[in-house]
Amino acid sequence: MLYLDHAATTEVRPETRAAMAPYLGDRFGNPSGVHATSRQAKNALETAREEAAELIGAAHPLEIVFTGGGTEADNLAVVGSALAGGGRGAVVTTAVEHEAVLESVAFLETLGCRVDRVGVDAEGRLRIDDLAGRIRDDTAVVSVMAANNETGVRFPLAEIADVVKQASPRTLFHTDAVQAFISEEITVSSTGADMISLAAHKFGGPKGVGLLYVPREVELEPVIHGGGQELGRRSGTHNVAGIVGMVAAMTATVADRAEMRERVGKIRDLFEASLRAAVPTVAITAADAPRLVQHSHFRVPGIAAETLLIRLDQAGIGAAAGSACSSGAIEVSHVLAAMGMDEVAAGECVRVSFGWSSGTDDGREAAERIASVVREMR
Amino acid sequence: MRALVAMSGGVDSSVAAALMLEQGYEVVGVTLKQWEGVDGQMPLAGCCTVSDSEDARRVAAQLDIPYYVLDYVDEFTEKVVDHFGEMYADGKTPNPCIECNRRVRFSVLLDRTAALGCDVLVTGHHARIRHDDDGYHLIKAVDGTKDQSYVLHMLDQDDLARVRLPIGEMPKTKVRERAAAMGLRTAAKPDSQDLCFVGEGSYRDFIRARFPEAARPGPLVTSDGTVLTQHDGTIDFTIGQRKGLGVALGERRYVVDIDAATATVTLGSKEELLVAGCVVDDVSFVAGAPPQSSEVDVKIRYRSPAVPARIDPAGEGKWRVLFAKPQSAVAPGQSAVLYRGDEVLGGGVISESVR
Repeated sequence: MLYLDHAATTEVRPETRAAMAPYLGDRFGNPSGVHATSRQAKNALETAREEAAELIGAAHPLEIVFTGGGTEADNLAVVGSALAGGGRGAVVTTAVEHEAVLESVAFLETLGCRVDRVGVDAEGRLRIDDLAGRIRDDTAVVSVMAANNETGVRFPLAEIADVVKQASPRTLFHTDAVQAFISEEITVSSTGADMISLAAHKFGGPKGVGLLYVPREVELEPVIHGGGQELGRRSGTHNVAGIVGMVAAMTATVADRAEMRERVGKIRDLFEASLRAAVPTVAITAADAPRLVQHSHFRVPGIAAETLLIRLDQAGIGAAAGSACSSGAIEVSHVLAAMGMDEVAAGECVRVSFGWSSGTDDGREAAERIASVVREMR
Repeated sequence: MRALVAMSGGVDSSVAAALMLEQGYEVVGVTLKQWEGVDGQMPLAGCCTVSDSEDARRVAAQLDIPYYVLDYVDEFTEKVVDHFGEMYADGKTPNPCIECNRRVRFSVLLDRTAALGCDVLVTGHHARIRHDDDGYHLIKAVDGTKDQSYVLHMLDQDDLARVRLPIGEMPKTKVRERAAAMGLRTAAKPDSQDLCFVGEGSYRDFIRARFPEAARPGPLVTSDGTVLTQHDGTIDFTIGQRKGLGVALGERRYVVDIDAATATVTLGSKEELLVAGCVVDDVSFVAGAPPQSSEVDVKIRYRSPAVPARIDPAGEGKWRVLFAKPQSAVAPGQSAVLYRGDEVLGGGVISESVR
């Protein structure tokens, strides 16, 4: 199987597996406790927290809240800040966010919060003037993703942070950096963000664990209530193995990043060049917009994505389209709709994404196999 | 050779998939997402629900075959559900399962078989396909109580060449035994009886909610024109109906006519229900041409036995069917399917009765 769906999830790094092993073995303690077993787990937890804080450029380890994944981090950031202090703060976000943000704001709307969703142009670029115009004094949070999970289009976070601060100094700026962290510099200073969401399984860590960077002074209404872990921001017994594994993956990611961008960027670029040569009608989405180095989103006019993905699966290639609903059928993409793409074209779009474990030849081989399937289908 | 098996999650299509594997095919299992419930997800009640597709997925995993869910919501909504509403608005009694077979399963899906990398389309229908020097024949299932050849009558030579129906040779009890022997989870699953898109609640509520203009209240009359009462909608009635008429009468009365234009529902006696024949529209013949002899057996409804009749062309794809003995409750919108013995000759949609 030629795996080209790293944007969906990535292989766990060897460093991660090694780091996690003891915590799936004899170091099984719950960090909240008096005895030696607990203290051992607590030490590991807090060491991981310090390392994460360092890697993301947080001022203090307690500005790292460990969560059960990227979706949960997004929920905590958006719902948590809008409902903070018993309020019903307004939210400004984009029309192309991940459902974790879009469903969170839809939920906030049912509670009476005002929500503005800023659009994008045909290349997926954000209408920043529009964004500025929507921010008011009562805007609790502006949430804009670092890069889009479907198209790979990157947003200019530092510029957006400035816009937010100019428009309303008290408004928080949150960024979902889940997709971007593996290949882009994501730190407090590089993003200018007040809150940053990460998900371990997108950068070689395990599934079911993530983090939210959030300054200590920011008040958040917790989404999950319970024993008060993470300073009350996220209750629940810590997934120590997962957290340790995530931070090992973060360390490796940051260390490898420059090399990964270079290497994977070449693989993706060679993929797109080869595919264009073999299938001249292929249309690559947002080719001229700033994109993550690992994404390639495209369509072959006349070939439905659903059919193409099945044929690719039969040919041992794993790629993606839109997102899957609980039955497994592919759903229409809100991102492509926001970019003004018609339904037929949107139904032809496929996403290929490379990752830290992609082989040098993966791009060329992927293009060859896809071209071969397309030829058979004609 | 690769077989595309349409898996509903029921025992018939599960065993069909297993049989194709036994015959040496590579098998690809698919479920059609045809209808959406709340939030665009598959419905929780009715046929083809999340739990049905889960059943299909589990069987596919047990058989170790690839399994996909294909989105046919748009086609199904337009070609089956909307058509269902239009028929009721016209005062007719549709059979949406036949339209689904005609316009979705054995057209768009069948035509997509090759694009999906497969050679044949397989379903769990109880019917048989025989191939000889004369071409392809559609034959009733071995199990007469489960025979579904009626709903497959629209298939032509081109279709039958690309379709396999492995279940048709087996009585239902054997199908369940085989499923149990294979350890298939769906061995004891009851057969689905309802319209797949209606789910909980009645089809009348469904039509009123989705096609409010189809309901058409109007006069309920006797065959001599006497107005008995006002009814709430022609959709509440079908030809031959005896119960739920909304009036208490001395004798038994049956719905003998529904006129959508005037929204008039006419009640009559059992004798008035009998008709000499019917006109059948959009007739197709399995062999690609009408039979030599005009003597056939015809089923005017899924559950009725076939009765002897003569057929004559009536121009523009229409045929007149004259029953050897008058038949009761011929309902426009239902399909008239022509047989000779066990073999399906063809069929079409009843447009009117012939008195």
